[in-house]
Amino acid sequence: MSERSVPRLLVLQVLVVAILATLLGRLWFLQIYDGDTYAQQAATNRVRDVVTPAPRGEIVDSRGRPLITNRTALVVSVNRSVLRLEPDDGAAVLARLAPVISMDPGVLVRTITPCGEPLPDGRRARAQEDGCWIGSPYQPIPVATYDAGDEAGRAAVLRIQENLEDYPGVTADFEAVRDYPRGTLAAHALGYLGPIARGEVGTPGYQGVQETALIGRSGVEQSYEQELRGVDGIEQLLVDKDGNVTGTASTTAPRAGDELVLSIDAEVQALAERELKAAIEAARTRPYYSPEPGLPPTNVADTGSVVVMEAKTGRIVALASFPSYDPAEFTGGIGEDRYAALTAEENGAPLLFRATQGGYAPASTFKVISAAATVMNGQTTFDTVSECPARFGPTNQQNFEGRGSSAVSLRRAIVQSCDTNFYKFAYDAWLADGGNRPVAEPKDPMINMALAFGLGAKTGVDLPGESGGLIPTRDWRTGYWEALKDDFCAGAVNPAFTPERRAGNQEACTDGYRFVGGAATNFAIGQGETLVTPLQLASVYGTIANGGTIMRPTVARGVLSADGTRRTEIAPTAMGTVPVDPEVLAQLRDALRGVTSEPGGTGFGTFGDLPLAVAGKTGTGQVTGKQDTSWFASFAPYDDPELVVVAMVSQGGTGSATAAPLVRKVYEGIFGLTGQPALLPGGTLPATLPVVRPDGTIAPPAPPAPPAPPAGP
Amino acid sequence: MTDWTSGSSFGRRKSAWQRAVSRDSVLRTIDWPLLIAVAALVALGSLLVWSATRQRMIDDGLDPQTFLKRHLVNAVIGLVLAAAAALVDYRALRAYAPVLYGLSVVGLLAVLSPLGSTINGAHSWIVLPAGFQVQPAEFAKVALVVGMAMILAEERDGEQAPRHTDVVLVLALAALPMGLILLQPDLGTMLVLTAIILGVLTIAAAPTRWIVGLLLAGAIVAVGATQLGVLEDYQLDRFTAFTDPTADIRGAGYNTNQARIAIGSGSWTGTGLFEGTQTSGRFIPEQQTDFVFTVAGEELGLAGAGAVIGLLGLVMWRGLRIARRSNDVFGRLVAAGIVSWFAFQSFVNIGMTLGIMPVTGLPLPFVSYGGSAMFANLLAVGLLQNVHMRSAEREHR
Repeated sequence: MSERSVPRLLVLQVLVVAILATLLGRLWFLQIYDGDTYAQQAATNRVRDVVTPAPRGEIVDSRGRPLITNRTALVVSVNRSVLRLEPDDGAAVLARLAPVISMDPGVLVRTITPCGEPLPDGRRARAQEDGCWIGSPYQPIPVATYDAGDEAGRAAVLRIQENLEDYPGVTADFEAVRDYPRGTLAAHALGYLGPIARGEVGTPGYQGVQETALIGRSGVEQSYEQELRGVDGIEQLLVDKDGNVTGTASTTAPRAGDELVLSIDAEVQALAERELKAAIEAARTRPYYSPEPGLPPTNVADTGSVVVMEAKTGRIVALASFPSYDPAEFTGGIGEDRYAALTAEENGAPLLFRATQGGYAPASTFKVISAAATVMNGQTTFDTVSECPARFGPTNQQNFEGRGSSAVSLRRAIVQSCDTNFYKFAYDAWLADGGNRPVAEPKDPMINMALAFGLGAKTGVDLPGESGGLIPTRDWRTGYWEALKDDFCAGAVNPAFTPERRAGNQEACTDGYRFVGGAATNFAIGQGETLVTPLQLASVYGTIANGGTIMRPTVARGVLSADGTRRTEIAPTAMGTVPVDPEVLAQLRDALRGVTSEPGGTGFGTFGDLPLAVAGKTGTGQVTGKQDTSWFASFAPYDDPELVVVAMVSQGGTGSATAAPLVRKVYEGIFGLTGQPALLPGGTLPATLPVVRPDGTIAPPAPPAPPAPPAGP
Repeated sequence: MTDWTSGSSFGRRKSAWQRAVSRDSVLRTIDWPLLIAVAALVALGSLLVWSATRQRMIDDGLDPQTFLKRHLVNAVIGLVLAAAAALVDYRALRAYAPVLYGLSVVGLLAVLSPLGSTINGAHSWIVLPAGFQVQPAEFAKVALVVGMAMILAEERDGEQAPRHTDVVLVLALAALPMGLILLQPDLGTMLVLTAIILGVLTIAAAPTRWIVGLLLAGAIVAVGATQLGVLEDYQLDRFTAFTDPTADIRGAGYNTNQARIAIGSGSWTGTGLFEGTQTSGRFIPEQQTDFVFTVAGEELGLAGAGAVIGLLGLVMWRGLRIARRSNDVFGRLVAAGIVSWFAFQSFVNIGMTLGIMPVTGLPLPFVSYGGSAMFANLLAVGLLQNVHMRSAEREHR
């Protein structure tokens, strides 16, 4: 042995002894010295988190009238970890349970199978087809939900509770579910709840959300999810080896979600929805004003929308969309087929919120922007007289219905809605920009005015899924052409197309990027590619009415903590001002007042005798292959505008025939012009938020709204 | 002097069986305390593995003795391997060393190929048909011990200390399997191999500055790895959980916290086999493998867990005794390498369940469930016996 090996073996020996001594010493320390602590911890080790869901905040209107509340429901749940202890994995229990809750046994099995796990037939359960369980396998899975007052449900629950030994793993508990005391009222703006997706749990905005939680999937339920949700309570139960609860380690009480106060007035909303439906039903009985082969002889009037908004604050008073849906359908989960039906085009896609998600050609209601642009561009004044011929020569475009009139001022052109002189203003501006050979930096006064009013972009309303509409700028035109050029060029030589269609495709193929004179003139009267949502148009008229400030439209008015101690107002937000002189805006308002108050004005027939100074503009939007879109955009009272009301009925005929009378009905109800009490005296919302009473209910705003001043003359 | 081609030596060579039963040999020259200690550890381990998996199997509606049976099969196979390793001609071992080394490198390469599988964050396994898994890194430990001993014993049975070139050669030999294991990455096995290298070099009487230098280099690499982000996140989390056990009680620190509760609640004699609430409540993940010591701690108390440590101590003592009494360098180095391996791995494994070492994913020798580790450990015991018998033979002569 080398002389160094012996002492080194000794080193190894010492090391081994040290290791063993360390381990034994530490073992003694843990088991004996500190043993009591660990023994105690072990005895109470099985900590089980029991989640107490936070009550979701209720939603009330601006006067504190409930729009969404919570009600108690009886929920029958199945706990799989208990079921699995049964000799047959609980198959017999499920077979007994299915008829009691009137459910097909196969469906019941699929409902409680966690997604991804095998079904009895060996297939792995998939969320779409099987409606399998997406939450934690250890959480009880709800299989049936009954109203607290539902007799059949109570009978089922009683049967389970009285024979618990036959139903191991089955529980029946009270739970809070969403309730809609006003039924379908404001369904689109309120929104509905849906289960959180697996990928969303823990992502920003959804931290601490249970896998089984329901979250807002549309409307303010979605946009104010954070405020409404609250914080779930967690009770940490100590359970021994046999599952007996031995105590509570810690309890975090749930913090209830905040109450959301909307600026929407439930009664005005109801009025708007009622009158929209009535106007659509009435329009369907009337012959279409301009019969065309291939289109039905009466108005189709398939969809529509009404927007009522405070002109000075942007607060939305009512936001109606037709057709609508019942948010209660989403309580307890909606079936795939029902969801498909709610989004199907042939049913009018009831889930689509026309007010913020529908894009329509604004037609003559857009002339307020064309007029402002033309005057600000120095091309004319409101008093300058110009021709209103039946046809505009350079682009060979007809006036509305092909009727001309004597030369009129710009003001009068708005009043009687002449198209041809707007064609001329647009054409002149287009020529000044170089016409077909555009200058390097064209002024495009009308397009830029539309953008300055916020069109072509989202208004920023506090509702999800808003559409920004479309303003066809030169850049957009180029991009669109580049994207579709190949299709156009292929269509130009497609033998299946008619010669006219081929010619059209040929033109689009070679010149589609050009901003031609006809496009400029079409744009001036709100036709062509331009799309606006009813809410965008309401914002434009609100801006004109309030003297040029673009207000962000808002549906939420404020947030109240459940105990009423915290009251947060959602303040009106100015998004900017429009580049239009105040005098020009005043002249524009004057012209819009003329529309409803002067003989020959397109709104005179509807508003001439109304004891309220409404100012507004009709619009009749042409849509290829469909009947015209009926518009009326307005504000009132004219002297000090408080409210904007915009109505749109798709395939509803002319603006004066369908939308204008609908708007009148809304004003009549709001200001109480037909003998009934005014719904919104003075046309203004309460100045303060409602109050949460000590018992948690909500009282109307204090001090109460000022008494109604006599409206109109 | 290994003159195994000489006529006299060859002439006396008998078959393994003859040697095993002949009056003047094996059973008399076997190291009985070592054999008994190992057998006791394996038996104890079987009970602990059974207890750790019983409730889980019942909950899943499976045979509660599934793991017990597999563990016993592993032990039997391992004992056969040990017998083979003990009875193979001692001098042939040197000839087998390059083969062993080559096989383990091939195995490690196979792990990194698409044949390999990832379990618990380490790509360390080859999954075979019929539910078998092989962890080649376990066999690399045996190969490294024998390979190093072969190189360092070559030409130096003449009582010389290894030269610097030999040390470099040995390090180069170790670098290949270590590099492959680093790629898996299997930090625990890396550390065991490092312990083996240090142990063998120390006993081989390598220059002291090499030993000190390697220790320093290891420390620098360890610090560098934690600082430079070479380690996987889960490994860093385990170290953080080690330095601050309360940091993440539900995440990385969960295992060690639950392990301490289980062991700490054991007191003097424990709850009794199968009676531990922590064990049957399945609070401790990996309990039948890396955390098997917690079952001993909870159900058998200080008496049982202390016995496990004592039996391991017995194995190491016998190993050191065999190293000291070995008459040739090769045998001494093999024994020293195996003792270093068992000592280090036992310390890290038990230390991690006691919360004095970070979690590195090493099984407890002879006790943890797992075929590859069981085979490798018992092979090593066979080698110890072989060395012992060789020395005894010489004394006998």
